Amino acid sequence: MTDATFLEYVVFFSAAVMILGGAVGVIIMKNPVHAALGLVLTLFGVAVQFVAQQAHFLAAVQVIVYAGAIVVLFLFVIMLLGVDESMDLSIEPIPIQRPLAAVMGVGIVGLVGAAIIRARDALDINPGTGVANASDTGNNDANVQQLATNLYGDHVFAFQLTSVLLIVAVAGTVLMTRKWPRDEHGSSADHESSDV
Amino acid sequence: MADLVWLIPAFPLAGFLLILVFGRRLGDPKAGWLATAMVFASFVVSVSVYFDLLGREEDERETVVTLFSWVPLGSLQVDLAFLADPLSVAMCLFVTFIAGLIHMFAIGYMHGDAKFSKFFLYLNLFVFSMTLLVLGENLLVTFLGWEGVGTCSYLLIAFWHTRESAATAGKKAFITNRVGDWGFMLAMFLAFGAVGSLSYSAINEAAEVGALAASTASAIAILLLVGAVGKSAQLPLYIWLPDAMEGPTPVSALIHAATMVTGGVFLLTRVNPIIAASYDWVPTTIAWIGAITALFAATIALAQNDIKKVLAYSTVSQIGYMMLAVGTGGYVAAIFHMVTHAAFKALLFLGAGSVIHGMNDEQDMRKMGALRKFMPITAGTFIVGWLAIAGVPPFSGFWSKDEVLLFALADSTLLYVVGIVTAVLTAFYMTRQVIMVFFGEARWTSLANDDEAPEVAEGEEPVETHHAHGEFKPHESPAIMWIPLVVLAGLAALAGILNVPELFGIPSNSSYKLEEWLHPVIEFGEADISGTWAYDNKYILVGIAVAAVAIGAALGWLVYLRKQIKPWEPSLFANGWYYDSAISWFMGNPGREGFQAVADFDATIVDGAVTGTAVAVKTTAGEVRKGQTGYVRQYAGVIGIGVVLLLGWFVVIRGIL
Amino acid sequence: MIAVIEPTWYLLLAALLFGIGAFGLLVRRNPLIMFMCIELMLNAANLTFVALATQLGDINGQTAVFFVMVVAAAEVVVGLGIIVSILRRRPGATADDLAELKG
Repeated sequence: MTDATFLEYVVFFSAAVMILGGAVGVIIMKNPVHAALGLVLTLFGVAVQFVAQQAHFLAAVQVIVYAGAIVVLFLFVIMLLGVDESMDLSIEPIPIQRPLAAVMGVGIVGLVGAAIIRARDALDINPGTGVANASDTGNNDANVQQLATNLYGDHVFAFQLTSVLLIVAVAGTVLMTRKWPRDEHGSSADHESSDV
Repeated sequence: MADLVWLIPAFPLAGFLLILVFGRRLGDPKAGWLATAMVFASFVVSVSVYFDLLGREEDERETVVTLFSWVPLGSLQVDLAFLADPLSVAMCLFVTFIAGLIHMFAIGYMHGDAKFSKFFLYLNLFVFSMTLLVLGENLLVTFLGWEGVGTCSYLLIAFWHTRESAATAGKKAFITNRVGDWGFMLAMFLAFGAVGSLSYSAINEAAEVGALAASTASAIAILLLVGAVGKSAQLPLYIWLPDAMEGPTPVSALIHAATMVTGGVFLLTRVNPIIAASYDWVPTTIAWIGAITALFAATIALAQNDIKKVLAYSTVSQIGYMMLAVGTGGYVAAIFHMVTHAAFKALLFLGAGSVIHGMNDEQDMRKMGALRKFMPITAGTFIVGWLAIAGVPPFSGFWSKDEVLLFALADSTLLYVVGIVTAVLTAFYMTRQVIMVFFGEARWTSLANDDEAPEVAEGEEPVETHHAHGEFKPHESPAIMWIPLVVLAGLAALAGILNVPELFGIPSNSSYKLEEWLHPVIEFGEADISGTWAYDNKYILVGIAVAAVAIGAALGWLVYLRKQIKPWEPSLFANGWYYDSAISWFMGNPGREGFQAVADFDATIVDGAVTGTAVAVKTTAGEVRKGQTGYVRQYAGVIGIGVVLLLGWFVVIRGIL
Repeated sequence: MIAVIEPTWYLLLAALLFGIGAFGLLVRRNPLIMFMCIELMLNAANLTFVALATQLGDINGQTAVFFVMVVAAAEVVVGLGIIVSILRRRPGATADDLAELKG
């Protein structure tokens, strides 16, 4: 690998701006639909970063699954439940929550960052067999092939388990959200929710 | 045959169980005869065991019959075992025989009582416990019997429990005994700790070979003395015995004259090697306790007006003699006096019972008099008993008391003087009692005037024997009651031959039979007085003793019959030197404060610690509970803080990963 | 040859993204937005994995990302099912209203 060129840095920082901007949008936006859009921006930025690191398959999967399915699911739910009205962000019922969150966020970022910077020289570059990429081998599908070999070779059992997991999740959710005819008229613990 | 020694307690136990189940059906008098038969069966077995042991060599006269392993707890191995050796067999013989006679007497005495069979139930249980006490091979079996006789004593003293005084007396006896039992228990713990076993053979052997340090032996001896003082009613724990006269007279005869109260003396004799191995002040203490108690009780007895109370204090006094003998090393003398005392004291008590029965339950001696005309057999046997206890030769009491005084003089002249003074007082008060009851003028008022104040002093104008409700005359007791009296009188008269000393006219090969018999048991602890002045001058001592008796009897005759000297019965003596009331006052007032303080301490501090812990836990939990707000976001926040801390530890303290 | 920026940058970026997601999770009350913050954190993890895969030359990092995505999808399904069930009963409920487990 050669040193990064100027273009690389431009790509990196653009993607970084997208990621961070979307993230901040998620946490700041009052309207949930706006927040969802922020999420899409973040996901797209992450996909760009994946491409920059030669993980093309994952970038594709990221866009299809995350941005394409998960966020859409979010939007469906938002629209279905009609929670798209704005919420007031200035009130906070638990007094200690915001300082607590701030401390936590700063703490995590700071400590992890410190760890990363300190460990910069500790990690060996390329101890493994290497990540195959298109320009090295000349094979355009090198990344997919290597990923597939690894996935269906070393981790085939885990792969099967995740299939089961998906089926269980879907079946469970369908069962859970069914409207049972008898339960229509409320359970004993039902009561009006408080004002938002 | 000696292997059948376990039958000796088994018969009364069988009697107890049979009467427990069938007693009410058997009723009056069959239940009584069953009980009596069981006790006499025990006696027969005792006799056969005795003959078996007699046929053996002197140092082989010991059989241990183990029934089963009672307490197998690691290093503490205690068996339920019986030891048939000269001492225990001697005790069994007189205990079962006299108990049998008393059972017979009681059939007549308790006739008509609503709880007839229950009485014999308790009596048999008592004999069972007493035989256990005597035959025990180790301290624990003896303790079992010890506690058993204490319980039966409580049950029997409070037999007429609807009477307030009887119930209180029963409780008093039990509680006072308990104080003594505390000493016994501590002695057991000490013995086990020092020797590793509770069996008499192990303990005595350890004392004999010198394996027991003098301090340990002294401690054990003193603690056993505490137990003996409680059971045998010596100072300072004698207070229960006079009150115990609330029980029926056969109870007083059996338990408080002949058997139970001798348990303490028996125990000390059993462990005589330990007493011998302890410091010298230990036997001296025992002797002085006995001597002072003897004198103390004798002074009180001469001012009592209840026929049974005189005999009760007399018992305390005579057991004092036995303790004196134990303390001066005269174990044979102690056992000898125990046997003769059992005979004549039981006789005196049963005679008193006969008098009470004949006087329709009157017990105040000031209301008796001239009864010998109406109850000749009772009077005759009572007089034999009087001669025995006073120590008139050749009755049994003379020989045994003389032995005791011999050992007392060999030890200390002062002890001897106390013993002689007590002998004088003994003769005096017994003479007083005999005269007040059987001689003089008839002083009994009509029964309808019983609530008259007893200011009818002895010797004033005779009161009419007739009264408006019909004539009252004292009557002789039925045969079932005077037959035991006669047998006991014979025993009281002749028991002296058990251990006559070598005096003029007595061939030497028939003397000291009891000493020979008991020799292997007491040889370690028995004092050797063969070289003392007292031993060499036995005749002088005999003369002094006879003179003492004569003085006492003469004084009694002069005061109470001839009335030439004013009777001197100060209230100090009549109230027992105010000892009992002092203890009651102490326990009721300062004592009660102390007990209340202990109870409060328990309630506040001990209980407080326990409940306080619970309260502390509850309060802490209440505070911690406030952390569970139910808000999910807050929980997430706490998790986050935890993550930060963990990361911080990894990064900062441990260095990077 | 491929020119790649030092993986450290990516790791730092991921850390920052994670921090923002954690902060948002604690601060927002709308359950759906809290879920989105969880997705942010998962994405940060994915980014970390890929960066390290590049740095260490090990394809297992990318396989891990694959699995993370599968699990995230399943989790979103179930989670949204739960939210739907709750919000059907109590429309307009926030995370703070579900405080029945108060001690």
